[in-house]
Amino acid sequence: MSTTPSDRTLGMGARLRSRLGSLSLSVYGVLGFLFLYLPIVILVIFSFNDSRSTSQWAGFTTDWYRQMIEDRQIILSLWNSLFVAIISTAIATVLGTLAAMAMERYSFRGKMAMDAVLYLPIIIPDIAMAIMLLIFFNVSGIGFQPWEVQFFGNRLAVPYSVIIGHVAFNISFVAVVVRARLANMDRTLEEAAQDLYANTWQTFRRVTLPMLMPGILGGALLAFTLSLDDFVITFFTSGAGFNTLPVRVFGMIRRGVTPKINAVSTLMLAGSFLLILISIISRMRSGEDEDAIQFGL
Amino acid sequence: MSEECAVELRDVVKAFGPFVAVNHVSLQIRDGEFFSLLGPSGCGKTTSLRMIAGFEMPTSGHIYIGGAQQGYLPPNKRPVNTVFQQYALFPHMTVAQNVAFGLEMSHANKGEIGRRVHEALEMVHLGGLGTRKPKQLSGGQQQRVALARALVNRPKVLLLDEPLGALDLKLRKAMQIELKNLQEQVGITFIYVTHDQEEALTMSDRIAVMDKGQVLQVAEPEALYEQPTHRFTADFIGETNFIPARVAALSPTILVELAGGIRLPAGWVEPGIAVGDRVMLSVRPEKINLYEAHELEELTATTCRVRGVVERLVYVGTDTHHTVRLESGDRVVARLQNLHVDEEPWEMGEATTVQWEAAHGRVFKEA
Amino acid sequence: MQQFLRRHPAVQAWLLLSPGGLFLSVFFIAPLFIVLIYSFLQRGTYGGVVWQFTFENFRRVFDPLYFNTFLRSAYIAILTTFFCLLLGYPLAYFIASRSPRTRSLMLLALMIPFWTNFLIRTYAWLTLLRTNTGLINTALLSLGVIAAPLPLFGNDFAIIVGLVYGWLPVMVLPIYAALDRLDPSLIEAARDLYASSAQVFRRVIWPLSLPGVVAGSMLVFIPALGSFVTPAILGGGKSLMIGNIISNQFLAAHDWPFGSALSMLMMTLMLLGTLYYFRSTLKAEADA
Repeated sequence: MSTTPSDRTLGMGARLRSRLGSLSLSVYGVLGFLFLYLPIVILVIFSFNDSRSTSQWAGFTTDWYRQMIEDRQIILSLWNSLFVAIISTAIATVLGTLAAMAMERYSFRGKMAMDAVLYLPIIIPDIAMAIMLLIFFNVSGIGFQPWEVQFFGNRLAVPYSVIIGHVAFNISFVAVVVRARLANMDRTLEEAAQDLYANTWQTFRRVTLPMLMPGILGGALLAFTLSLDDFVITFFTSGAGFNTLPVRVFGMIRRGVTPKINAVSTLMLAGSFLLILISIISRMRSGEDEDAIQFGL
Repeated sequence: MSEECAVELRDVVKAFGPFVAVNHVSLQIRDGEFFSLLGPSGCGKTTSLRMIAGFEMPTSGHIYIGGAQQGYLPPNKRPVNTVFQQYALFPHMTVAQNVAFGLEMSHANKGEIGRRVHEALEMVHLGGLGTRKPKQLSGGQQQRVALARALVNRPKVLLLDEPLGALDLKLRKAMQIELKNLQEQVGITFIYVTHDQEEALTMSDRIAVMDKGQVLQVAEPEALYEQPTHRFTADFIGETNFIPARVAALSPTILVELAGGIRLPAGWVEPGIAVGDRVMLSVRPEKINLYEAHELEELTATTCRVRGVVERLVYVGTDTHHTVRLESGDRVVARLQNLHVDEEPWEMGEATTVQWEAAHGRVFKEA
Repeated sequence: MQQFLRRHPAVQAWLLLSPGGLFLSVFFIAPLFIVLIYSFLQRGTYGGVVWQFTFENFRRVFDPLYFNTFLRSAYIAILTTFFCLLLGYPLAYFIASRSPRTRSLMLLALMIPFWTNFLIRTYAWLTLLRTNTGLINTALLSLGVIAAPLPLFGNDFAIIVGLVYGWLPVMVLPIYAALDRLDPSLIEAARDLYASSAQVFRRVIWPLSLPGVVAGSMLVFIPALGSFVTPAILGGGKSLMIGNIISNQFLAAHDWPFGSALSMLMMTLMLLGTLYYFRSTLKAEADA
């Protein structure tokens, strides 16, 4: 099964190249990737600029990074980001995985409705979801109570509402990823386990879970990334005075452009690259074909 | 039910929504028997097997294994094991871990597990490959692992769902013989699902032919081939000629009339057929002989003889298929063995006389 | 108990679903309904709501003041989709025409920016586009190419650039997938039947890649229409989209019912679009 697609796609590649593949297409491709990467590269370069300007080069410095590290507010919001991401990812991964198993493995009344409920948080724009949650936390009386917690030596006060908001949009993403993995999984493997005297729990523990693990890890990684990156929902569900890193960056941008923002941005970019790297390595470990790398979702 | 029944299906029905996959099937499979469920895809054979294994629950009817009614017992509580069509080997476990899985689940002790896994792998000639992952094995080896993984549990009954379907022809033939030997060696009842009639004939003690959710005939291979009791069975197993006819008499002998008033005796008639009914006369191609006019002996009451013209010759190595257009306008194929190189062959357009023993003619309902 | 579950798989399903389902019911479905109800209520004097039924909020949506923003948002989203397609199709074609090894590396390169923070990527363009201190104007001025700064910032242009940059990868991916699925023997067959390269593209490749184009366009159009961050940063407070109007109702104007009505309308439009898309793709699949 795995031999034909690559043969076929190899043929496709050669064909497209030979028929229409010309110098102009290659030039175009290079320009396309330049368009994608140049702004990021420039952003990173000016985080080392020895001037307040982000457009005129005045020599190299790492002073902006020193300022960033010394900025207690920034560091605190970084810890806030990590805490929210870890907690919401853990909850969303469990809930999303269970939901995915129900949706993929059973047919039952109300499945269509449940499908809609699971897909809606992905489809609707985050601003709409953000104001929905804002109104809800106000009306329900849940409010924006903080969870006072000691986290790696930092006293954090993280509103429950933010964590809830992050779980709410992450459940769906985890469910989609795990479902895709489940759909590709051979069901007879579970039947084989049952046939070999494994009960429901043993079948899940010894066969389903190990086979599903790459999907669950992928879903968790996606949830973690989305949670770290989220600005809009955090912004509207945090009440007053709570900042994750993106919320703080947004506030800084509003007050004016400085290379310090570039420095924070570079830090966040590095974090994203690290997560992408982890994702690639874990996928290669799990022995999936290279094509799998392409799918963020 | 009788004592020596390994598995019994009693009036079992399985419906998936409006689709009836298995329609009132009753079967008695004897202890130690190599029993095949044979039929085209969608005939209900795999569903029947899955109900015995416990993967599907019958809509109505009962299933007994070793005399015990299974009811809603889940697969892990049933004394049967399955060899799956695509083997379903756990890709994240080694070969030995795969084979040990069932023993671990039924809480055998560590030493015994090790010993029995070793024995099972030896039995299927895979000793020394226990530390490999299934992906690193060839198709035939994977097949053996699947067998070992099931047999190591010493089930009362082994269920095999087209286990050789994924192998190439040569390997399949070799595995057929090996499977049969293995079955005789371990003495376990095998229930074998296949759509390959040759495979079923080669290996089985008895065969149940299924079509459209129903069991049409249960018989030993020879009886199934020589004495099919349904038009479908005659058609599905081996090749046969169907000649449209009308029943002229049922006693003292069975006589059918072909187009052009040709009357022929036949050996057997399907129950429920009356004089005057439109029927199909079935004669297997290898039962038919061709003669030149001067070779013909005196006609007896048990011989069928029709004149015709040779229309087409197809040489297939061991024999040559002669298509003959009969006087009645019908065409029949005669398979003549190529015994002698110097034999004078028939030529196209040559006049001939076809002849077969009346006992080989079987009369089936038209549809 | 086990027997009961075995006989009733639907019960098993609901047991698995209940934690996530319950969570989403309380924290997603309930909020959705509250917003729906709010959109029919009157605003309170000092924020909050008055429990009195009214259609006033939906009437106000069609007030030219707000409705024009709706139209502008749609216009920006359409242009964004158009430019994403214009840039994305050749890029997808370029990637699909490489060898398998290069291809997967390029796809990775395509998706890496997408998985970095959206806010950061928008900020990157802020430093490039700003009118007086942006890199592009600074560079062009110092090179003497232009005499006065170009109006690159605080307008629809800046927003569209930011959105195209942000969503280009999700346009490329489905188009690439469609091109990759294309059976090469179809192209050979077309060549064999005397089609020129241009004809092969127009009659075979383009129609067969259309599902990818439609999918990519949906994936760009919907988030572009609902954008909030990009216009907030690159619009410079002058050029706004519907997402900013909605957020203003909560952050500044304290008119929650009107904000609810605006977002209900936005969500309805998007859902209709999505449903239409799913129905047409399902139909296309059924036809195929």
